[in-house]
Amino acid sequence: MDILTQISDTLIGGDDENVARLTQQAIDQGIPARDILDRGLIGGMDTVGERFKVHEIFLPEVLLSARAMHAGMDQLKPLLIQEGVSSRGRVIIGSVQGDLHDIGKNLVGIMLKGAGFELIDLGNDVAPESFVETAIKENALVIGMSALLTTTMPMMGSVVNLVREQGLGDRVKTIVGGAPVSEEYARQIGADAYGFDAANAVDRVKGLIGVN
Amino acid sequence: MTETITFSAEEAAPDRNAVFEGQGIPAGAVVTQDIEDLYNTALDVLSDSDAPVAMFAEISKVDFTVVYRGEGFNEPSTPVKDISARAEQLALFALTLGKPISEAITQRFKSGDFALASMLDSAASAAADKLAAIVEKRFLEFLVSRELATPSTTVLGYSPGYCGWHMSGQEKLLDFLQPGRIGISLTESFLMQPLKSISGVLIAGPADIHRFANSYPVCALCETQSCRKRIRALPET
Repeated sequence: MDILTQISDTLIGGDDENVARLTQQAIDQGIPARDILDRGLIGGMDTVGERFKVHEIFLPEVLLSARAMHAGMDQLKPLLIQEGVSSRGRVIIGSVQGDLHDIGKNLVGIMLKGAGFELIDLGNDVAPESFVETAIKENALVIGMSALLTTTMPMMGSVVNLVREQGLGDRVKTIVGGAPVSEEYARQIGADAYGFDAANAVDRVKGLIGVN
Repeated sequence: MTETITFSAEEAAPDRNAVFEGQGIPAGAVVTQDIEDLYNTALDVLSDSDAPVAMFAEISKVDFTVVYRGEGFNEPSTPVKDISARAEQLALFALTLGKPISEAITQRFKSGDFALASMLDSAASAAADKLAAIVEKRFLEFLVSRELATPSTTVLGYSPGYCGWHMSGQEKLLDFLQPGRIGISLTESFLMQPLKSISGVLIAGPADIHRFANSYPVCALCETQSCRKRIRALPET
């Protein structure tokens, strides 16, 4: 079995220590960073994502694989930078102003990274201006917002409006999610997408950017 | 009258099915040893954390009308409005698992232990829900001890943020209840701190007052319809 398949299979099994070891082995063998990333690490997480969607595996197993992905990425990052390998795109995420819940946002972030996106996590209680200013500064393609309170949901609309006012609507897409949020609400506020769970959010982000 | 409630270790242990439901694992599903290990570790962390604590305070219907009205953002027609009008006794309540468990969850996410952080979050939420049900029982026991309950009395709790009772209702509720004594405070966005806290009103009366059809305008927006399960569990009258 070639080493990239071994990395992928070991990642699917959630074995972070061996994913790190095999990733280093692949690097030592001179395999290009892009191949290790795409066929080893992202390839494994894509399989994990597919199995999760059809309920073959559950959230804890996805997160164990995500930890394994991060372990591999820690080994690979210096080489990715050296070889100028870019991510699938930069995504800003945060819980909106007034909201301190972050579990859902954290899960989305973990899975976006697992799918090969570069993530900037602004944390909790993020003002609309912070989302937009960071998106401009970091050349982000997507702003992802999370809200778990009906009282903080309106801040999502504030961010969407600010993106529009700044003339960024074509360049920066918005996606929203959280327990009280719905597809209908996303439409009402003019968000570009709604993610009903972390895996769906990743699919929607891929769709927004036009990535397979 | 205000009562503070403490819980035994057994009471504070969350229901396994409820924890797994929070992880998207259906009841009865066969899980891997990895998942079992995560679950057991989460229970250990939870039991090592601060002991949960709760309180309730009786409130008259007149005073509750003021609390319920809150900042004036409620839906015009809600189950809580109708049910509380038919209540025999009312009390406001709050419970918390404390700050350390929220910090433990955050710390594990930050250190990359995502699976345990997520399982711990589900365990804490399931524990809080179970304890809320125990608080309902304790209020009923309190009423029985004062001969304010009959054999047909049922107590259920209802919280702001659900069923058309606006989240901002937390402010007047906590103003009345003063749960600072058990370590609960409120942010400007009406979010309770610590995060794993629940507050609301305990409504005591015949079981029938808690039965309602999900035909309120606000029901059309509800994704979970969790009231149905509670109503099915009510005793027959």
